[in-house]
Amino acid sequence: MHCGLGCQLLRHPLMVAVTLVLLIASGAAMAEPAGRTPKPAIEPARAGTQCVAPPEVMRRDHPAMLKHQRDVTVHRGVRQARDSLQGCVGCHASAATGSVAQAKTDFCSSCHGYAAVSIDCFECHASRPAQRTAQAEATKP
Amino acid sequence: MSKGSTEALAGRRKFLGLAAAGMGGVLLAPGIHLIEVAQAATPEVTSKVRWGLLIDTTKCASGCTDCVSACNSENGLDPKPSPTSAQWIRKVEIKEIKTGRQASLPVMCQHCAQPPCVDVCPTGASFKRADGIVLVDRHSCIGCRYCVMACPYKARSFVHEPLTDQKPDVPRGKGCVEGCTLCVHRVDRGGTPACVEACTKAGHEAMLFGDLNDPDSAISKRVREVASRQLRADLKLDPGVRYLGL
Repeated sequence: MHCGLGCQLLRHPLMVAVTLVLLIASGAAMAEPAGRTPKPAIEPARAGTQCVAPPEVMRRDHPAMLKHQRDVTVHRGVRQARDSLQGCVGCHASAATGSVAQAKTDFCSSCHGYAAVSIDCFECHASRPAQRTAQAEATKP
Repeated sequence: MSKGSTEALAGRRKFLGLAAAGMGGVLLAPGIHLIEVAQAATPEVTSKVRWGLLIDTTKCASGCTDCVSACNSENGLDPKPSPTSAQWIRKVEIKEIKTGRQASLPVMCQHCAQPPCVDVCPTGASFKRADGIVLVDRHSCIGCRYCVMACPYKARSFVHEPLTDQKPDVPRGKGCVEGCTLCVHRVDRGGTPACVEACTKAGHEAMLFGDLNDPDSAISKRVREVASRQLRADLKLDPGVRYLGL
C-alpha cells in the first residue's frame, strides 16, 4: 500500500509532464498546416491540358528549362517550342485574373511568394495569353 | 536532289505531319494531348537566308506614317511617342538643296552584315542571327547604350520607364536597349514585318521584304534589275535594307 501510494505520488508529476509534452507536441503538429506562412494554393491549369513534364520535375527544373529555351528562341528563332514561357502562360493563366503573376494567388506568384523568390520574367514578358484569346475570338463564328 | 523532288518530299512531310497530328488526337486518352502536336515549333534559322528590305522612296509619300503606326501597334510601342519614347522606325524627309528635289523614307535598323552595335556590345547582348537579323538579347543587355552610340543610323532606343501590358510575342522592359527586330516573331512563322504588310495593304507598295540570298525571290530580282542604294554605303557595313530612288 505504502509503496503503491508512493509510486502513484511519484508517477503523478511524471504523468503530468508526459501529458503536457504530448499535448504541446500534438498541438504543434496540428498547427503546422495552418502555420504563420500559409501554403500556396496552386490553381489548376486550364482543363484538358497536359504539362510538358511531371510536377516533381517541373517544380525543380522549370527555371533551367525556361533558361535553356529562351536562348534557343532568341538566338536560333525556335518559336512555339515545347518549353516556351508562352506555353506555361497559356495553360496556367488564372481564370479570375487572366494572368499568371498579377494577383498573389496566381500560379507563378503564389509559389514564388511562398518561397520568397522574385520573378523577373514578367517585367518584360506578358503574364497573360492575350494572343490566344484574340485568336480564339477571331476564329469564333 | 532536284527541286521537284525536294518539293515532293516537303509535301510528303507535311502530309505525314498532318497524319501524325490526326492519329495523336485519335489515339490518346481523352484529356491528354501532345503539346508538340498541337503547336509545332518553328525551325532553327540558317545562314542560307539573308532577310532584307527594299524601300522604294518614289512611292513613299511625304507625311504618310502607315509603317510607323503599324510598327507601334504590332510591337506595343507608345502610340503617341514622347521625345524619350522608344522608336523603332521613323520617317525622314530629305531635300537636295541644289535641285529642290524632296524625298521621304522610313529609316529603321538596317540589319547590317557587319553591325557596329554588335562589335561594341560588352555583354554579347547585341547580336546578329544566322539569317542576318540584328537583335538585342534583353536577358543579357545591361542597358549601357554603347550600341546606341555606335549605330550610324540612330536605330536603337533605350527604355527609360517601367512598362506594362507588353505583347506576348514582343517582350520589352525598362533598362534595355531595343530596336527594329524586322518582326522576327512574324518572320519566324513565315510572315512579313508589320510595316511591309501595312504599306502593301494601304496600296503604297513602297516596301518589299524577302530573302536576298534566294536569286528567285522578288526582292533579289528587283535589286538585280534596278539601281538601289544602301544608306552610308561608305561605312561598308553592308546593310540588309536598301533604298530605291535616293
